[in-house]
Order: sequence, then structure tokens, then C-alpha cells
Amino acid sequence: MTWAALIALGAFHGLNPAMGWLFSVARAMQEKSRRVLLLSLPPIAGGHLASVAIVAAVVTATSSIVAANVVGVVGGAILVVFGLWRLLSERHFRWAGMRLSHPQLAAWSFLMSSAHGAGLMLLPVLTTTAVATHMHHGGGANQPGVAALGGLVAAGVHTLAMFAVMATCALLVYEFVGVNILRKAWFNMDKIWAGVMVGAGALTIALTA
Amino acid sequence: MTRWTPDPTFYPSPSAAAGAPAETLAYVAAFDRSAEQPDAIAVVDTDPASGTYGKVVGWTSLPNTGDELHHFGWNACSSALCPTAPHPHVERRYLIVPGLRSSRIYVLDTKDDPRAPKLVKEIPAAELAEKANYSRPHTIHCGPDGIYVSALGAGSGDGGPGGIAVLDHTTFDVRGQWEADRGDQFLAYDFWWHLTRDILVTSEWGTPSMIENGIDPSLLLSRKYGHRVHFWDLAKRSLVQTVDIGDQYQMTLELRPAHDPTKEYGFLGVVISVEDLSASVWVWHRESGEFKVSKIIDIPAEPAPASALPPALQPFEAVPPLVTDIDLSVDDKYLYVSCWGTGELKRYDVSDPFHPVEAGSVHLGGIVRRTPHPSYPDEPLAGGPQMVEVSRDGKRVYVTNSLYGSWDDQFYPDGVGAWLAKIDTDEFTLDPRFFPHGDEFRGLRVHQTRLQGGDASSDSYCFP
Repeated sequence: MTWAALIALGAFHGLNPAMGWLFSVARAMQEKSRRVLLLSLPPIAGGHLASVAIVAAVVTATSSIVAANVVGVVGGAILVVFGLWRLLSERHFRWAGMRLSHPQLAAWSFLMSSAHGAGLMLLPVLTTTAVATHMHHGGGANQPGVAALGGLVAAGVHTLAMFAVMATCALLVYEFVGVNILRKAWFNMDKIWAGVMVGAGALTIALTA
Repeated sequence: MTRWTPDPTFYPSPSAAAGAPAETLAYVAAFDRSAEQPDAIAVVDTDPASGTYGKVVGWTSLPNTGDELHHFGWNACSSALCPTAPHPHVERRYLIVPGLRSSRIYVLDTKDDPRAPKLVKEIPAAELAEKANYSRPHTIHCGPDGIYVSALGAGSGDGGPGGIAVLDHTTFDVRGQWEADRGDQFLAYDFWWHLTRDILVTSEWGTPSMIENGIDPSLLLSRKYGHRVHFWDLAKRSLVQTVDIGDQYQMTLELRPAHDPTKEYGFLGVVISVEDLSASVWVWHRESGEFKVSKIIDIPAEPAPASALPPALQPFEAVPPLVTDIDLSVDDKYLYVSCWGTGELKRYDVSDPFHPVEAGSVHLGGIVRRTPHPSYPDEPLAGGPQMVEVSRDGKRVYVTNSLYGSWDDQFYPDGVGAWLAKIDTDEFTLDPRFFPHGDEFRGLRVHQTRLQGGDASSDSYCFP
């Protein structure tokens, strides 16, 4: 259940054109090179991983020292508020520049993921997992370091799924489908995304409170 | 509110945009030179199947007088699909309409009734001056991270430097001055960009004091109008390179970069050479990192008896072509060049941008010729093809005839009139059914045309 949820959320993030696959396609089309596409994906995934891992490590480490349900409720409330803000606000992410080096690309992805609260979306999975560890394994996982490591593993699994879906989308669009698909198929992920966040926050509170 | 799927008028690539449906409405900026009536956005029916085809079917008057509407643009365009900061679910619905003389900027909503745009916001000149230190707003382009507005003058007084202000995408508040480092750039006019190359290009006309009371012959002959092109780092907002094409070439105005985002060239129209009154078109291109600007088209002045000329031109016994606008088709194949003095719209095949081939010409108006529209052969026309707009599919070209209030009066002292003509590009001939003119524009003069859904000078693309 936990792994499945992490993977499903990773796939959801990977599917969002705004999270990076479209950028890799644009770079590849600009240079007329599939190699550029393939080389762009790891930095994008790396930036996403960093963004998600920070949240995951903080949440799991905190859960191991304070009562898990406190983390769940507080975190859940943050998530609901952040989600509502994303839902109601029409601001969009700003970044000047298309010609980025790989480190800049990773930084772009990190900021993009963070601004969209990608890591926060994992909160229900992380907190409920932390609750489970807390109860079943007792002392061992109570050390913040060990718990944070668990968070990093979760972030890694999530990002692997994100990478797989992102690469699939990018290659399909670049090689076969063409970018005109965007005109019909680019659903407003921001709206769905924000809705998922509100739901995830509420779920976290419900599961941990 | 945002949409669930992208605005259908956004296209990832220029080739996709060239397949867009034909426009059914055109928006035309109309202004009262006497500043007694309010300026207006006129709405013209461009649907050949409609009973009111070629007629003014809508008219939105603004609340003030003396704005001098000139250029305008859309709140959002195909650049919304650019992958670094995508926002494809906003709507192309607002026209951002600056008053070149008043420095006010109006926002008109075309969504509820496209034939009756509704005023929803007015940005006072004071806000533009306070937040961006600019005045005399001119060109509008929908950027990936905001709405860019070029401005000819500084926030106070009638001098420079002019530059670019950025408006918020959603609130239309003035966010501030765009330039982080402008170097020695002082004169401003047009701008556009190579989005995928992080390059912004700007051109030069003059400060408000140099233009608002008409073209100043002493400034012209002492070569004080703009003759440079500036290349900027779009991401760092700083000046990278300036190219001076030579001070005999006065007024480097319109900039039309290739729509294909993998290309790094564009066209520049130059109004006049003080050596022989000719006009010219140039191409900018990049060679091993450096920008170069090369002349590709020379259009000579035409001899004329002094008696047929306005006082300003009598000493020269010639009509300057005055290339005051150019426009590049979305497929980057044809460049349209307005010769406002001689009353001619020229078309060039620029498939090879360095070797343009003339591919058509239409005469209308002109300082000496006064060529009438074929459907109104008894009405000699003043003004000439000036603002030129090309439909996305490249099949239709629209031209209006006013340049700029005080300059109209110098070159066409007996009145410039008001007309909007349409050219079908297959045969390159005037459409006999389409010629709103004269009283249809209620005594106002007409400047830029924008086509519903976008046109050849409204959108930029991030995918080839």
C-alpha cells in the first residue's frame, strides 16, 4: 500500500508537463537531438528528488521524536492550506531563461517541485508509515537519523517512478506524437494537483489524529 | 478563472499556428488627432460569409480623450506553452491598449462579447512612472513570465531613457522596470525576442520631445534619431551587444524575428537614409556568438515636382518611401514592407533571409500617387499602407494608413483620412469587398490591427 502510493504519486508528478518532461522535449527539439532529451532527464529527476527528499527526511525524522499524530495533524493542516492556496491563487511560477546548463536545470526542477509542493504531497504516506514504524518496531526507528533515512528511501522510490513516467512521456511525444498533443491533452494539472493536496492533507489528519 | 485544457488559440509551434482557422474579427486602434472625442477600439467583421463583412461592427470608446492609441496586444499567447514557466490554462481574452501620448494603459476584455470589448482596468500614467519610471508605452508582447511593454520616454519629463516595463500576467499591475543593466541604451521603440535563445532585441526611435511635435528636420539632418539595435540577455535582463548601423540610417523601428525558435535571425525596418531619402530593411543574425546586422533591401526615393510635395519635402524634390512597418508571415517565408510615403505595400520572399526576392506590390494612397482603392476609384487616398498585419495562415494581409498624429500632419497636410484595406496573398490583390474607410471610423484615424485569436506579430513559440 505504502510503496504503491509512493509510486502512484511519482507517476502523477512525472506526468505533469510542467514538472520537466516538456522542458526536455523543448531542449531536444531546439537542438534536434534525442541525446539532449535523455541527458536532460537525470538533472530534472535529481532536482525533484532533492525537493521531495528534504520534506520526506524532515517529516520522518520529526515523527520519530515527537508524537506521530502531532506531525500528521500539523503537516496535514499545512498541506490543506498550501493546496487551497494553490487552488485559489492564479500566480504562476516564474523562471527567466530557456538555455540552462545541467546544474541550472536541476535547480529549476528543484524550485519547480518545491513551489508546487511536490514533497508535501507525500505527507499521508510518510506520516502513516512513520506511525506504523513507531508502533511496531519500537525503539530502533525512534532515532531521527534512521527515520530520516527511511524518508530518503521513500523519496527515492517516488522519484524513480516519476523518472520512468517522465521519460516515457518525453520520448513518446518527441519521437511519435508531437507537441501538438498538448493543445488537447494538457489538462490543468495545477487544479488537479491542488485538489490532490487538499485531499492528502485531510487524509493525513484523518489517519493520524 | 483558468481553463481545464489550453486556450485553443495557443499553438506550440509556428507550423501548427499556420493551420489556425481564419480570424472572424479584427480589432483596430482608432484615435482622434484633435483629442476632442475619446479614442476607441473599432471591431471589424472579417468573416467573408457574414452580411457585415468588411464593416465596423463594434466600437468601444475609452473614458478619456487625447490618449493617441497606437499599438496594442494580447494578455497571453502561445508563449504560455513554453516549458520553463508554463501557464497554458490562462485565456487569451484581454487586449492591453496603451495610450502613446497619455501614457495610460487600458485593459479591455473581449470574452463576453468579442464585438464589444469591455474596459476592465485603467493603469494611470502615474503608476507606470512610479513603478517603472517610464512613459509613452508602445509595443506589447505576451512573455512567458509577464506582459512586456516598451516605452519611449522616462517617467517624468519628455526625455529618455525609454525601455521596457513588465506588467503582471493576472492583475496587470505594473511590476517594474525590466532592465537590470541597460548600458548606454537611451532611445527606445520596438522590441521582441528569441525566447529559446534567451535573447531580447530592442530598436530606437526618439524620446518624446524628439517626436511628439512632429519630425524635427534639424534633428533628422544632424542624425539624432535612433540608428542602433540592442541585443539583451533575456534571463539576466542586461545589455549584451549594441550594433550601430550608421547614423545616415535614421529610425531603426520595427523588429520581426523569425518565428521558428531554432532560428536566430530577424528583420529590421529603417525609415530613411539622410543621404538619399531611401528606406531599407536589414537582417540581424549571429556569427560565432556576435550579432551582425546587414542591409538586404534598399528602396529608393522617387523623384517628384516640388509643387506636388508637402512643405517639408519640397527642398528635396523627391518622395521618400518611408518604411514605417514590416511584418513577417508565421512561416517566415514572406516579409511585408510598408512604404508609407510612396503608398506601396511590397512583399518579399525571404526564404533565404540574406537574399530577398520581391514577390508582389500593391499601391494605395501615397504622398504623390494618391492611388484609390479599386472599389472606390473616384476617391484619391491619403496616407499609405502603414501598420501591416498578416493572418496566421498567411493568406490575408491587413493595412491601415495612419503613422502617428503629428507626423501624419506633416506628410499629408491636407488630411490623412482613415482606411483599412485587405490584400489576399494568393493573387496579391486588394479584396474589393473589404475597405472600411472614411466616416465608418467616425472621424478617428486608424493605427494597429490585431486579429482575433492571434496574428503574425502577436505570438512567440518555444517548439519548432
